[in-house]
Amino acid sequence: MFTLARNELYRLFLSPLAWVILALSQLILAYLFLTHIDYFIQIQPKISAIPGAPGVTELIAMPLLSNTATILLLLAPLITMRLIAEDRRNDSLPLLLSAPLSIHQIVLGKYLGTVSFFIILLLLISLMPLSLALGSDLDFGLLAAGLLGLCLLVASFTAIGLYLSSLTKQPAIAAISTFSCLFLLWIIDWAGSTQMASESSGLFSWLSSLRHFEPLLQGEVNTSDIAYYLIIITAFLALTIRRLDSERLN
Amino acid sequence: MSNTTLLSAKSLSRFYGSQHAVNNVSFEIHKGEVLGFLGPNGAGKSTTMKMLSGNLAPDRGEITINGYDLLSQPKQAKAQIGYLPEQPPLYKELTVKEFLMFCAQINQIPSAKITKAVNTAIERCGLNEVTKRLIGHLSKGYQQRVGIAQAIIHTPAVVILDEPTSGLDPIQIREIRHLIRDIAAEHSVILSTHILPEVQTLCDRVQIINHGKLIFSDTISSLSQQMQASSLILSLDNPPDIDRLQQLSGVTAIEAISSTRFRLHYQPDNNPTQDLLTYAVSEHWQLTELAPEQHSLEDVFMNIIQQESLTDVQAA
Repeated sequence: MFTLARNELYRLFLSPLAWVILALSQLILAYLFLTHIDYFIQIQPKISAIPGAPGVTELIAMPLLSNTATILLLLAPLITMRLIAEDRRNDSLPLLLSAPLSIHQIVLGKYLGTVSFFIILLLLISLMPLSLALGSDLDFGLLAAGLLGLCLLVASFTAIGLYLSSLTKQPAIAAISTFSCLFLLWIIDWAGSTQMASESSGLFSWLSSLRHFEPLLQGEVNTSDIAYYLIIITAFLALTIRRLDSERLN
Repeated sequence: MSNTTLLSAKSLSRFYGSQHAVNNVSFEIHKGEVLGFLGPNGAGKSTTMKMLSGNLAPDRGEITINGYDLLSQPKQAKAQIGYLPEQPPLYKELTVKEFLMFCAQINQIPSAKITKAVNTAIERCGLNEVTKRLIGHLSKGYQQRVGIAQAIIHTPAVVILDEPTSGLDPIQIREIRHLIRDIAAEHSVILSTHILPEVQTLCDRVQIINHGKLIFSDTISSLSQQMQASSLILSLDNPPDIDRLQQLSGVTAIEAISSTRFRLHYQPDNNPTQDLLTYAVSEHWQLTELAPEQHSLEDVFMNIIQQESLTDVQAA
């Protein structure tokens, strides 16, 4: 299982795609980071007098993490699309299926490999807010909560992407359907906010991945939010395993 | 060769929708044997191979590999087989060595033995010169070799090769056949192909499958016996009457291919060659050609398949 995860990660870094994604996301976020700093420096004189005013972490680090989430929404489908769809296209799936591995080892191996790629991406991004610690006091608790939120978010994106990739032979179709699915989950609570207090809105806003991410950005670590992500991850991994299993049967 | 059964399949069946891809196929393979699976395209060869390798679950029937049931103990059973599908399953962005290392790892070779296993596989498949090259840049023949190396890396009891020589040029085909012969010395091999001479040169036993059914299963030598025909081809520049030839003892029928060329059918236990030679000299028939006719494997194959479809029609 870990062999598979390592191989998946290694092959990811052999493709230019991973490097391009790492470089460009870093570039865009660095630009946003700088604009946030710029804004903070402008308003700093005004808020420094107010006691209990938001500090560096709230005004720079957290908006950056929130931007990262949006960018991950766009990037995750590009990385997850190739997971199983490409194996299928290259006919390399039999290699794994005829090896003494169970289906859940294959699925988990691929999943862990991809999640570790995103964690590397997040570590690189978190270096930017961490660099602020050189010149100011950071709220590490808040930052950690935000990063935990991002990790959970990207782990759930990967699970969804992995499942959709197992449905098709065409990586492009996997990418588009993953993106639609993620985007829908992202905005599904808009329906909730327009028809206030209706019964369905409760369900919709519970389903929304954004709704469960925002509290974490504010430093609130709720078990219910973490449970939401864990449920999504387990459900889609189980679906993927079932999907590959049923392919063997039919 | 000892007589241990390494793989046995019992009444395998597999449907695709209402279509019977494989219907009630049973067979066994013993240690050190090369079993050829022969059949026209779409006969169910690949489906059978996929079931044996655990890529496809049979709808009915059971498969036992070296004592492990493939369905109830898939991990142990799969560790005993090496499988090369029609399209070699390769990661084209890896180098040969990296890929084989990965294969060794997923086949659960203990890490202390991995380097040795990889080197042995490279050695045996003649990949020494290309270990550091990317698989995607190799020729089809070399890719096929990497595929075979992948299948034998964990020294499985049974190696399953699905059309290993398809799409290769004649020189590569010869090399791959040579390689398969080498492998057969240590492993049992199941080989599927639609190329008949391949079976003749490589296999100990042949099974012919058509429309999902096993219609012939025997050793290669008894297949060659079927190929012995009881006829002679004869050319005479100065031929006598056909009636004269008919009088030779043992001759059952004569076909005139042209005015000077004949096909002589005779009783299998009464070969008229000697008589023919004697008379040809004494009566000046001016013999220019005399050859026993041998059915090619193609003829036998077509015969068996046609017989099968005939009996099908009669049964219906």
